[in-house]
Amino acid sequence: MDALAGVLLDPLFRVPLLTGLLLAAVLPLLGAFLMLREEWLAALGLAHLAAAGALVGLAGGLPAVVGGTLGALLGGTAKALLRARGNAAYGFMILIGWASMLLVAANTAIGDALGHALIDGQLYFAGRLDLAAAALLVILSAAALPWLGPRILRARFFPRFEQANALAAWRWHLGLDLLAAGGMAVGTTTLGLMGAFALVFVPAWLSFRIAASWRWTLILSALVGSGGYLIAFAVALAMDQPFGPVLVAILIGLAAVMSPWGGRLRDSSG
Amino acid sequence: MTIAVGSPLTVELLRVEGLVAGYARPVIGPLSFSVSRGEVLGLWGGNGTGKSTVLNAIARGARILGGTVERAPGLTLAYQEQQPVRLPVMPLTGYDLLRTAGGDHAKPPEALAAILPRRIDTLSGGQYQLLCVWAALGSAMDLVLLDEPTNNLDPTTESRLVEILAEQRGRRAVLLVSHERRFLDAACSRVLAVDPWSLGS
Repeated sequence: MDALAGVLLDPLFRVPLLTGLLLAAVLPLLGAFLMLREEWLAALGLAHLAAAGALVGLAGGLPAVVGGTLGALLGGTAKALLRARGNAAYGFMILIGWASMLLVAANTAIGDALGHALIDGQLYFAGRLDLAAAALLVILSAAALPWLGPRILRARFFPRFEQANALAAWRWHLGLDLLAAGGMAVGTTTLGLMGAFALVFVPAWLSFRIAASWRWTLILSALVGSGGYLIAFAVALAMDQPFGPVLVAILIGLAAVMSPWGGRLRDSSG
Repeated sequence: MTIAVGSPLTVELLRVEGLVAGYARPVIGPLSFSVSRGEVLGLWGGNGTGKSTVLNAIARGARILGGTVERAPGLTLAYQEQQPVRLPVMPLTGYDLLRTAGGDHAKPPEALAAILPRRIDTLSGGQYQLLCVWAALGSAMDLVLLDEPTNNLDPTTESRLVEILAEQRGRRAVLLVSHERRFLDAACSRVLAVDPWSLGS
């Protein structure tokens, strides 16, 4: 236990640890809303676009988090404006991002190594700019989700309400799309492509099955994401393993252990 | 044409004049009627007569190909569709769903109280249907549109719905469509018969 605390509190890793922890708390919340809209696959598409944007940005002299954010925001905006929903749209996002990322990686001097870093996760190299981006994401989410959340829920369960009352629904649909795009951009450039996607997908998937209410869905998503992240951070360091795959394995392990509780918790809500 | 303002219980909230509604082509009309505050108005007709299209046109979802739909200034609508959205996994309780619809402005009927703490994906089709209808009726919206609210309801639950709707008379404006004439006669303060190309009462 002391060894674990020692790893987590090592000053060398303080900025990466805190950056990842902020993301591990907020990405699962965004994941819950994407799961609600059945758009969790869009997160993987945005992650690929963010990775491609990061590499394009690096080739042009921009920090990865800036290029990644621009790439994902571009994708999120296009998705919202074109009303591109459904697996086909997300499939194209993934393919465009993947092809762009690998082509840029293959044709730039540092691209190949950075391409691998984006896929594997480069959390331990996160700096103050990444921390600032993660903190900004948390602040924006804390400010926007209390307003966006009820409207997204209403749009999901009562889809005719907005049209019947002539509401400007594009504001909250675009708002969530941009927040998700920003989250996937900062997440991908910090935690790696699959690490960020796993934080969006797995905690929300689990919470949807076992939480007793919507409030608990959000709380449980954030707790599973944060808890899984802290375990993965310590395990990857202690066992000298790449962070991204360890995070994915831990989250899947948590889902496998906790999902059998689902029936009991759901029944207890009655 | 303007909507007249009268006493609180006779304020006309919606006036439909010579409405021809549809999508690519006309489905129903011309038809005319009005709905006032405190009135539970039923539109009756068989399957395929275009009753739902009338509600859709009022809710800005179907095209108005002729005539007019005039809403009172600032009119707010609650609209419960024929098939409520039902996802395979829904981690919301009944209370969550009511809050989402703004349907927690009135005390829910006893028939619903017991199921409100439960996750909505554990409810039967009838329980969920009744919950969604109440989500509209329990809201603060001016006019409630209900499309075939008896779907999935067994006779016992249907009679509960009749009681709930009957309680709305004199208090809320409700416009509902159904193919069940006996249900409409029991629940509504006025019933209009609809056929694809005309409306009579």
